Amino acid sequence: MSVLLIAEHDNSKLKPFTLNAITAASKINGDVHVLVAGANCENVTKEVASVPLVKKVLWCDSPNYQNYLPENLAPLVTKTAEKYDHIVASANTFGKNFMPRVAAALDISQVSDIIKVSSPDTFIRPIYAGNAFATVKSNDKKKCVTIRPTSFDPAEKTGGSAQIEKIEAVNVPNTSKFIKREETKSERPELGTARIVVSGGRGLESGENFKLITDIADKLNAAVGASRAAVDAGYISNDHQVGQTGKVVVPDLYIAVGISGAIQHLAGMKESKIIVAINKDGEAPIFSVADYGLEADLFKALPEFLAELNKLNTIQK
Amino acid sequence: MKILVAVKRVIDYNVQIRVKEDGSGVHTDNVKMSTNPPDDNAVEESVKLKESGKVKEVVAISIGEDKAQETIRKALAVGADKGIHVKADNYIEPLGIAKILKKIVEKEKPDMVFLGKQAIDDDCNQTGQMLAAMLNWPQATFTSKVNLNDKSVEIVREIDEGLETIEVNLPAVVSCDLRLNEPRFASLPNIMKAKKKPMEQINAKDLGVDLTNRIQQIKVEEPPKRKAGIKVANVAELVSKLKNEAKVL
Repeated sequence: MSVLLIAEHDNSKLKPFTLNAITAASKINGDVHVLVAGANCENVTKEVASVPLVKKVLWCDSPNYQNYLPENLAPLVTKTAEKYDHIVASANTFGKNFMPRVAAALDISQVSDIIKVSSPDTFIRPIYAGNAFATVKSNDKKKCVTIRPTSFDPAEKTGGSAQIEKIEAVNVPNTSKFIKREETKSERPELGTARIVVSGGRGLESGENFKLITDIADKLNAAVGASRAAVDAGYISNDHQVGQTGKVVVPDLYIAVGISGAIQHLAGMKESKIIVAINKDGEAPIFSVADYGLEADLFKALPEFLAELNKLNTIQK
Repeated sequence: MKILVAVKRVIDYNVQIRVKEDGSGVHTDNVKMSTNPPDDNAVEESVKLKESGKVKEVVAISIGEDKAQETIRKALAVGADKGIHVKADNYIEPLGIAKILKKIVEKEKPDMVFLGKQAIDDDCNQTGQMLAAMLNWPQATFTSKVNLNDKSVEIVREIDEGLETIEVNLPAVVSCDLRLNEPRFASLPNIMKAKKKPMEQINAKDLGVDLTNRIQQIKVEEPPKRKAGIKVANVAELVSKLKNEAKVL
């Protein structure tokens, strides 16, 4: 039987991590069906239908699904799941919120945050903040699985033409109400999906000094990250935090400046393709995961770094 | 109002865990154990609500071997009124834990259940949501602000895009983020007093719920190690390596 994937979107556009989840779903079973539940979200259904890996789009349009309240969304997913063997979503704050409700309703033990599909019932998932990898086999008949988006490549966006089927909304309990969403506005790319991330730690010594980080981020079109220590010290707001209790990032280039490399920070960035560490303490644990380490005073190195970057003719976008 | 707050005993977050050579799990013998960090935030918020006068009673519950009682005592020492220890010697998946908690909720009849957003050992992030679904209650996950009214609670949640504000009717399940508050430390006199607070003991298998694990752990291994990199002498060499060798600029 097929895989049912729940799309994440804002009612007008598909969220990019859904494409990564589609890739993962297609590794479980090639017959990937995507549920788009929302309010006036026809554009999203068209976007999903054009993804070549998607075989069918299920479209449920109702004001009850506008803000993805899990009390409303989970009963719809649970009912739709009747015809499927696997129910799949991204392991971000969207998928984590509703999927366990679906699993509980179906009496399924959920497999969370997988990074690899070994077979349709066997998966690899990180435990202990990524300090160990567990291979697990689900013995439930149906499986609820959430996927770490950064561990799978995004699916191709265009070229497909899947059939779009409208489905009926189900009753909602009316026990929860959406009030507002305050999205962090930034001219820079989003931390979770940026190609380059420049992060600062306690070594920056103040919030004002984070300008050294943001100047380089702007030059590189990079997102700005931070260690828990820098956030706790009030240098920068907590939505920039990379680590076990913040965001897990997997950019092509991660530049850690004035970050010692606590276990909790490494858990959030050590899968990055290239890691650069700039730190004046040559013994700092961050150097053990860095491809390129520069033992230097950041207050001297960062202005030099910016000057060197300015000398380059082109920087990849 | 009454709050049930669930706490889990886990390997301390500062411990570098070690994977067993036979792939059966991680070493836990002689390893420092503590309360799961966001569960401390759940206890703190429950106690603060009690101090504000809006909540009359806070009951702390933990499920696990006998040593789970230490985790409950810690909650009692910072202000919880009563403890419940559900004894279980084997690992129970979040689905089973939620079934146990549901039984206790039916008995204790709290207005809210508080717990951490995620346990830092198995990293599942399921229990609160599963419990809410089983009870047909609304939920608030990743909570970073709580504003309790008479019949509902207004919650600010940490989401990937920023912050979201919702209002859920009571009774409700609230899963707590680390940014919710700053957990207090227990004073020595309060630790002593906590020893006299009541602690009920229940055997998990007497609750009449199916605790069969559905997920088979085939092996646990160390993540692939990163190859040791190189140290560069200066900024110019760094930029040159990034441009010409790593080709990321």
